Amino acid sequence: MNQPNTLTRIEDPAMAEIQPQQAQPTFSATEPAPEGHRTVGKITVDNPKMSARDVNVYYGEKHAIKHVELDIGTNEVIALIGPSGCGKSTFLRTLNRMNDTIDICRVTGNISLDGQDIYDRRLDVVQLRARVGMVFQKPNPFPKSIFDNVAYGPKIHGMTSSRAELEDLVRWSLEKAGLWHEVKDRLEQPGTGLSGGQQQRLCIARAIAVSPEVILMDEPCSALDPIATAKIEELIDELRENYSIVIVTHSMQQAARVSQRTAYFHLGDLIEVGETEQIFTNPEHKLTEGYITGRFG
Amino acid sequence: MNLSVVLTAVLGLAALAYHFGRRRAFAVVSGRVRDLHSLPSYYGMHTALWCGVPALIVMSLWLAFEPSIMTNLVVERLPEAMRHVPESQLNLVINDIRNAVNGTMTGNDPAIREAADYYLQLRTVSHAAMAVVLFALCAAGGSWAWKRIAPDFRARNRVEKSMSVLLILCSMVAVFTTIGIVLSVLFESLRFFQQIPLTDFLFGLEWSPQTAMRADQVGASGAFGMIPLLTGTLLVSGIAMLVAVPLGLMSALYLSEYAPSRVRTFGKPLLEVLAGIPTVVYGFFAAITVAPFLRDLGASVGLQVASESALAAGAVMGIMIIPFVSSLSDDVINAVPQAMRDGSYALGATKSETIKNVVLPAALPGIVGSVLLAISRAIGETMIVVMAAGLSAKLTANPLEAVTTVTVQIVTLLVGDQEFDSPKTLAAFALGLVLFLITLVLNIIALHVVRKYREQYE
Repeated sequence: MNQPNTLTRIEDPAMAEIQPQQAQPTFSATEPAPEGHRTVGKITVDNPKMSARDVNVYYGEKHAIKHVELDIGTNEVIALIGPSGCGKSTFLRTLNRMNDTIDICRVTGNISLDGQDIYDRRLDVVQLRARVGMVFQKPNPFPKSIFDNVAYGPKIHGMTSSRAELEDLVRWSLEKAGLWHEVKDRLEQPGTGLSGGQQQRLCIARAIAVSPEVILMDEPCSALDPIATAKIEELIDELRENYSIVIVTHSMQQAARVSQRTAYFHLGDLIEVGETEQIFTNPEHKLTEGYITGRFG
Repeated sequence: MNLSVVLTAVLGLAALAYHFGRRRAFAVVSGRVRDLHSLPSYYGMHTALWCGVPALIVMSLWLAFEPSIMTNLVVERLPEAMRHVPESQLNLVINDIRNAVNGTMTGNDPAIREAADYYLQLRTVSHAAMAVVLFALCAAGGSWAWKRIAPDFRARNRVEKSMSVLLILCSMVAVFTTIGIVLSVLFESLRFFQQIPLTDFLFGLEWSPQTAMRADQVGASGAFGMIPLLTGTLLVSGIAMLVAVPLGLMSALYLSEYAPSRVRTFGKPLLEVLAGIPTVVYGFFAAITVAPFLRDLGASVGLQVASESALAAGAVMGIMIIPFVSSLSDDVINAVPQAMRDGSYALGATKSETIKNVVLPAALPGIVGSVLLAISRAIGETMIVVMAAGLSAKLTANPLEAVTTVTVQIVTLLVGDQEFDSPKTLAAFALGLVLFLITLVLNIIALHVVRKYREQYE
């Protein structure tokens, strides 16, 4: 019973083969891109919804995001990929200023929504978040009924003037999130009683109930099983008609399936941006290629 | 042999048994510990338990029964004249013998002297016999366990089992003590209700526990209606909760949601210092500072405030309870996952909307629990009310008057020389029973409320 564990090193022949390529001193999987790195690919789009210019994020002394410049197009799904700790979630949270809740976090640069600077002092963060909604990694329905979960946003923003209108909005949101038929008979039951996938769709319904223009999704499927994941991905594709969606994901298949553009982050740098198809078939940058072919990450 | 020497010897034998058991465990596998079912120290522990525990059990039983058996032996040897007396007198004789044994009384009666000597002699023999029996038990138990040590003997499971038995026994002590207290209060209360009808006690509007000792005594009516005490208790506790709940809850909200971490690190312990102040200090603070202040304040606006008022006692008690409410509420508010708050912020809710709509509802069961705990504490609080609420059992809802509470009356009934069969003294037990039932009911309600919200929210 007390057999010692001998640490076995799994030698990957492919690894050995690429060693000479990785000998390039400037780009390694564990070190940041050199100072003054410029993002490869086209960061702009024709009809930007949001655009980030020279965005830096610091957690205390740590420089978490470095000079990131990126446009988010109208009615597009853009996927942010990259190894853990590369800053993709941090970048996502700068887009609706969720980083404000972290004391030591400091953001510099310029992020605009429809041409308006969202870090402007005069801008009300409450209204910004109503326009830029967010879905989190772990489903986090409130400990309230399904109906109240969806009605929460409209209620605090005074979006409806009557109960009937609110009921319509809740129904519309749940239908939009593809959850209506599963929960229409139990709207008064707690949202926390749903399955994981249903909870995540409830959170999406909750986010779209306040009619945002952009929806940020932080690994929305990482806590879900494949069937629930497929449903959410289908939903993301449908939502693209009306919203701009930024999705952080660890699954490259997911990025390839749901997004039109893909941005690859590496240790705080935005390495490469491009059409999803191009990124996955013909990446320009060595680091991007290394990541999507599974050599590191 | 001296008892402490015997005890030390038994423990020493157990330690030896540990050592030998462990050594044998090594020996039976010739040092290859991997082949043993358990670690060697478990074999040592198992041997030590078998060596020490039976001996200790026998020792405690021996010492428990020794005095009564020896007393019987001594009584049989007493002279006829002394033995054939009424029981109460015999008890006196036995008492004399015991005193003579302990050397606290040097009786002149030679019979008593002789009996005491016999008793001492018996005790020496008994203790020597006990030591022999104990050492034999140690040796037998230890060597039996020692012999059983083998590679596949499951010593760890047995040791862990006996540890769990020990834990059960410890928890039983608390449970049985509670049961014992409840039963004793209950039986004394029943004696009280044999003299005073239950309905008079529960629904009587007058409390005046002085019973007449002489027929012509004035002002000793002996009325035992507990309603004025109950209203007094509820009045004072109510005032305390009016002070403690808003202050406690809001300071908890500030500390957990708004305060910068620097303020929080010294604010919370500082608030908890309030809970460390002895209640007697609160008591004289209420009686000497707050009550006169309230009286003068009332006088300046033309209000008649008694110098011992329910308001003063209640307010100070409320201050005392603030840390209960704030500390517990702070804990449950902090336990609300950050994901809930993030979800709310991401929908564009402000901090206060998030607190009102998400954090507080999620934390509500815990907050209700902490408030009910605080109420129980307020109802049972004694020292402050003794010093600041007064003694007059007035049936009033006016917080500016002096009232008295159940706890204050229990104190006054039992302070001083008492005869333990008068209704006046027994009334204290009945009041204690009522107090116990009230807090019990409160706790049951608290559990019910908490469970109801759990079902609804989680």
